[in-house]
Amino acid sequence: MSAALEAKLGQAWKKPPFISNPVFRWALFIGTAVYIIAAFSGIEINLDRIARGWARGWEFIKAFTEPDFTSRWKDIYKGIYESIVMTVASTVVGIAISIPIALGAARNIAPLPIYLICRAIVAISRALNEIIVAIILVAILGFGPLAGFITLSFATIGFLAKLLAEDIENMNKVQAEAIKSTGASWSQWINYGVQPQVMPRLIGLSMYRLDINFRESAVLGLVGAGGIGGTLNTAFDRYEFDTVAAILIIIIVTVMFLEYLSGVIRARIQ
Amino acid sequence: MPMSEKNGQKVWQVRTTNAQLIRWGAWLVGLAAFLYSWKEISDNTLWFMMDNVGEVVADIAGRATPPAWSFITELGRPVWDTLAIATLGTIFALIMAVPVAFLAARNTTPSRIFVRPIALLVIVSTRSVNSLIWALLLVSIVGPGVLAGLIAISIRSIGFCAKLLYEAIEEINVVQVEAIKATGASPMQVMVYGIVPQIMPAFAGIAVFRWDINIRESTVLGLVGAGGIGLALQSSLNVLAWPKVSLILLVILVAVVIGEWVSAKVRGAII
Repeated sequence: MSAALEAKLGQAWKKPPFISNPVFRWALFIGTAVYIIAAFSGIEINLDRIARGWARGWEFIKAFTEPDFTSRWKDIYKGIYESIVMTVASTVVGIAISIPIALGAARNIAPLPIYLICRAIVAISRALNEIIVAIILVAILGFGPLAGFITLSFATIGFLAKLLAEDIENMNKVQAEAIKSTGASWSQWINYGVQPQVMPRLIGLSMYRLDINFRESAVLGLVGAGGIGGTLNTAFDRYEFDTVAAILIIIIVTVMFLEYLSGVIRARIQ
Repeated sequence: MPMSEKNGQKVWQVRTTNAQLIRWGAWLVGLAAFLYSWKEISDNTLWFMMDNVGEVVADIAGRATPPAWSFITELGRPVWDTLAIATLGTIFALIMAVPVAFLAARNTTPSRIFVRPIALLVIVSTRSVNSLIWALLLVSIVGPGVLAGLIAISIRSIGFCAKLLYEAIEEINVVQVEAIKATGASPMQVMVYGIVPQIMPAFAGIAVFRWDINIRESTVLGLVGAGGIGLALQSSLNVLAWPKVSLILLVILVAVVIGEWVSAKVRGAII
């Protein structure tokens, strides 16, 4: 029997810690604790204001039991309609643009200069928050759904191109090579060697992005870029919590429906 | 095998004629929906405003450069607040997401008929409402400031973390759990020694992933008055102080890139 085992015999077993280096573990632990305390002490909590606001919060929760769909129905309908229109158009355009960029951002397909350019586009699109892009576009293009449409298309590119490019990089080389060995041209190679391998993932990601775009379109209106967010903001400003509740319920139900739909489609494809 | 006859010769096809027709129909419907949506957007746009877009862009770009570098000394506090919102928000969200995830996972929920739907409802409703909307709501309840942003980020993250976590719980290896049970462990001990070690890597990954997303989201919460660097952005935008705006955007970009880098490193170390 080895000496190490001998020493451990007779002692109670202890769970091995998550981080094995004790110095690092304790440093991380203490550092986190210090940071949390420091961050907490920086937050101003105005109890008086909360006490006054609490009545309003309760009113809001009560509003969910009797949401008011009717009195602002025209505004709600227009907002939801605009949100859906923006979602559909931007998802389609976003996918159409992100496919060539995804091909360019896959290292096993694209030459280095194209790879770098496409990766840069993806990085920029991912780093910029949708709301910030929308603010800039509203400043340039004025209020309306066009700014929201461009924002969502731009955001779709970063998301879809990155994940699709990763999928292309992970594809099975053998199939692509088999197509190449038949003397296929570049476009035939992509069409028959690469595309069938990534298609299920592309459809799944597109459905997922449709879902995300709808959720995002609900807030773009807060900065004037069209959609239900504008209606929501107005309702909040008027303290019409029953209308707010109605809008939120519509958003949640639509998102649930989209999620269910994308789940069914993804399950059928795979 | 799908075949068609052409000049008396059998030709191979990828799909049967019916399947092909259905595909074309689906494409047609999709295309029609897209064109209709585009027409709606186009109808709601003042296209004559677009004639001088180039000038507007050049004008704004001219005003925004160079960024007002001296303003950076005033950004320390907003950046600290933004980080605090993201970090504390993630921590609170995780504290609340763990029980929700255990109640929602098929293999750990106490009741599939009563408790699980409620847990799933919590997940869906917190997830589908954007943090800006939560912030808007909380600003009207607790007043403008960091606290509203912190609560908004926490609520928004519950659903996200709980969903990923309960999926991880459902995928655990049953054999290990059974082995612990076979030693005569209590349900709590089964949880601690059988389930928790299996989901710990997923948990850490989710935590860092959400922290990264929360940094992005907390940068804009200030636009509705919920504290952080967005507040500085909003006040600069309101007075059209473009040099300040460009500096703030640069700071946000740097914060986001650093957040993503840290999160990628940590996740790489865990997995």
